[in-house]
Amino acid sequence: MELRTIQTHRVPVRYYEGGSGAPLVFLHGAGGILPGEPILHKLAAKYHVYAPLLPGYGDSQETPALRDMLDFTLHSLDVVAALGVQDPILVGHSMGGMIAAEMAALAPNDFSRLALIASAGLWLEAHPIPDLFAMLPYEMPPYLFHDVEMGTKLMTAGVALNDPEWLKAFLVMNARQMGTAGKILFPIPERGLAERLYRISAKTLLIWGASDKLIPPAYGEAFKKAIKGAQLTIIPKAGHLVTLEQPDELVSALGTLS
Amino acid sequence: MKFTWFNLMPWPHLPDDFREKHRSVWVDIDSRLFDAEKSHEVYNTYMDLLEYAGTLGFDGIGVNEHHQNGYGIMPSPNIIAAGLARRTKDVALVVLGNSIALYNPPVRVAEEFAMLDCISGGRLVAGFPVGTSMDTNYCYGQIPALTREKYQEAHDLIIKAWREPDPFAWNGRYSKLRHVNIWPRPVQKPNPPIHIPGGGSVETYDFCIDNTYSYSYLSFSGYIRGKALLQGYWDRLAQRNAADSSPYRAGFAQTICVADTDAEAERLYAKHVSYFYNRCLHVYPGFADAPGYRTIKTIQTGALSQYAPPIDGYSSLTWKDLTEGGHVIAGSPETVRQRMEEMIKGLRVGNVFCLMHIGDMPREKAMYSTKLFAEKVMPKLRNVFPECDGDDRFWCKPMKGQVSAGRLPSDADAVRLARA
Repeated sequence: MELRTIQTHRVPVRYYEGGSGAPLVFLHGAGGILPGEPILHKLAAKYHVYAPLLPGYGDSQETPALRDMLDFTLHSLDVVAALGVQDPILVGHSMGGMIAAEMAALAPNDFSRLALIASAGLWLEAHPIPDLFAMLPYEMPPYLFHDVEMGTKLMTAGVALNDPEWLKAFLVMNARQMGTAGKILFPIPERGLAERLYRISAKTLLIWGASDKLIPPAYGEAFKKAIKGAQLTIIPKAGHLVTLEQPDELVSALGTLS
Repeated sequence: MKFTWFNLMPWPHLPDDFREKHRSVWVDIDSRLFDAEKSHEVYNTYMDLLEYAGTLGFDGIGVNEHHQNGYGIMPSPNIIAAGLARRTKDVALVVLGNSIALYNPPVRVAEEFAMLDCISGGRLVAGFPVGTSMDTNYCYGQIPALTREKYQEAHDLIIKAWREPDPFAWNGRYSKLRHVNIWPRPVQKPNPPIHIPGGGSVETYDFCIDNTYSYSYLSFSGYIRGKALLQGYWDRLAQRNAADSSPYRAGFAQTICVADTDAEAERLYAKHVSYFYNRCLHVYPGFADAPGYRTIKTIQTGALSQYAPPIDGYSSLTWKDLTEGGHVIAGSPETVRQRMEEMIKGLRVGNVFCLMHIGDMPREKAMYSTKLFAEKVMPKLRNVFPECDGDDRFWCKPMKGQVSAGRLPSDADAVRLARA
């Protein structure tokens, strides 16, 4: 995958590009894109993948001009337009799913295939989503992973809390990324999407990890009910980060869209 | 020097095993630990103590705003200040302050502060904090990365509402109001003096410098640790070529306990100080600093939230640690005077917010310590900055001829006067 920059109306956008095949746009979750993210490499074996970073993620420039859900949605539509791809397969994970669903609802004629993976954007009283913004990193693995032990190892690799420089760099990264995410996810990750889902005309696939403790599979059912003809695929032995835990299953499920 | 007797209003009945059984004193504190009937006495005692301090020569009595918080049962400081306005005279009412990003629309603050200024006869000193992340983000749901922009707009609107004599339209991003025209208007023209509590953001230093507001650091960790932060402010003033470096441009909160001797101070107050530092500051670190609340520039200067606990936690701090480390200034009047002078000169602060009711301290101990301070310490600290005595930019200017509460005529006189 290559990391590139493209100009948009508000801000230059960094994006990963790689692979060949049908164009696919992947929108990341609140955690961003890890270096060597396995899901992007697996997708690139079948598709021409574009994975833009939201402003503030990775080394990308922030912009104060993005404040609310409409700003995020229009910005992401601007990015797809700037990339010059027509009717890509639109895939979003978690927060990225929320944005992708908004895009497909706002511009239903632009997207004929949509995949929402463990998507944010709804709120069910019976299944309140845990407050990710009030969690310390070491508390997160049980919410994010099916295999908590593996997840803990992954999340604590390279952590050096006693090194002030490391800590400062971590706090800056966290403030940039989660500060941006907070604009649409804080304090409740819901911005009225439920009232707009009826507009989606894309063929829609919903993919959930069976062990998702952050946005549990009940949300997949709720999306299925609200989007005409949507299919729900539950992947066993995967938590919220199904992209990390079961990338092969995920890519194979996506195959039903094309 | 301006001394303000400040009460955070801590809940004094947190159980001994609070730290072990509960994760946080703030945000998600167990509501079953609150007892409304007991609070009746607690509130009235705290208000009595504030009024008592107002009779002893303190320049101000101070209140502040916290939400869902076991060490500050004062979500609305304006309600307390209104009560205090009626039974006090001359002393400043220091409301430090209203978290203006939380009021919708923010003209509510312009109105309530104007009411306080009118009821008190121009005795209001107004504080505009951004608010802690616990209060602003976790309790009141403000989006962290947008909090400062909303705060800024609220500030601009309030100032204009106070100063503009004619109705105006406000087309803000966060408030849209076609007819802004507040009634009443403050006694102090163009507006009451403004203090900004801050936690070390460069942006807040600049905001105070640009508007001639007093910057205050409301820390619990004392003057030794406060030194770096306030030095940052003075350095910034110098860097910006500010017109002066008057000590009244800054304020500092300090926990203070006075007794006859150093040994008596430890005997009387150690327990209550420990209650405050060990129970009241037990904040779950996940609530300390919502990502996006603090700017990148501020994080890069290394200013971490004071609610991020020290590595070993406060519980390991003994009376000796707390007094030697400067968290608490305690001892005989002479010991306290020496250390206060060191603090005032070291930080160069003209406004001192004296935290003298501490944790679960009973009222008689708070009175004893307060009276000793007022009589034996405060008078000796009045002239630390004689060259700046004339600087009244940061303090209230009460009107002449204030009335007092309870001035109705007798029933008989009322009848006579009514019929005349």
